[in-house]
Amino acid sequence: MTIEHRDDTGARFGMWLFLYTEVILFSGLFILYAISLSKFPEQFSAASHKLNIYFGTVNTLVLLTSSLTFALAVSAIQMGRKKQCLRFCWATIGLAVVFLINKYFEWSAEIAHGIYPGSETLAEMGPGITSFFNLYYLTTGLHGLHVLIGATLIAVVAVLTVKDRVTSDRYTLLENSALYWHLVDLVWIFVFPLYYLIL
Amino acid sequence: MSEQTHKAVPYRTFILIWVALLTLTLTTVAVSRIDLGALNIWAALLIASLKSSLVIFVFMHLRQESKLFKLGLTAMLVILAVFIGLTFTDVLYR
Repeated sequence: MTIEHRDDTGARFGMWLFLYTEVILFSGLFILYAISLSKFPEQFSAASHKLNIYFGTVNTLVLLTSSLTFALAVSAIQMGRKKQCLRFCWATIGLAVVFLINKYFEWSAEIAHGIYPGSETLAEMGPGITSFFNLYYLTTGLHGLHVLIGATLIAVVAVLTVKDRVTSDRYTLLENSALYWHLVDLVWIFVFPLYYLIL
Repeated sequence: MSEQTHKAVPYRTFILIWVALLTLTLTTVAVSRIDLGALNIWAALLIASLKSSLVIFVFMHLRQESKLFKLGLTAMLVILAVFIGLTFTDVLYR
């Protein structure tokens, strides 16, 4: 019998600490947003109206649902229901892909209208609208990258679950990936009203 | 070892929280279409904070974690508030 050293609580706390640095990373962009909003309130409102509210709302619902399916995956593994846990993992990855496909169509439509960082159309619209869209692309781009990383992480964890490397008494990896995935959801909870819903 | 594992949260709890989150999303969309002036942004932030706390406490299991985890979150939020507050003392009084 081998003696195993592990500290699940410590591993989770480490993950939380990492997530705090992620919050600080995104909050830099939110602070820039707040400063620009106080400087160009009318232009921000006009720019926000150019975004498609349906894409934003659907993506919010998709991401919230993916958070649910992954939270359920953690409960499933805790109760020893491996098959169910895996199903929830695949569902989460599926929803992440739906989110990214939506994002692709959304960005394509905007770029087709000449709205992208450094474009001439944007330059003609003035500094307020330009700063809105620069921040929009930077924030949703960085968020989209997190979705991609999160989905990859979930796929890795799912494979490890299949191989019984993640089990009902050893699932910290799954739990920590869940924490990461919920953070991605948290960021979007703020991105959505701030970018899509200004009247 | 026993202190390291949580009791599994029943599926029902998560589904109820999810329903609450969806309802709050539709609420934030509905509220944003009414012109409340400067209040709009505060209403949006209030609802977003409410949604975040549901995600943090239930989905992220913070409810079940020890005081250390809650203290960590509080410290991070205080740092964030200082960060934002100090920036605005500059921006607003330039």
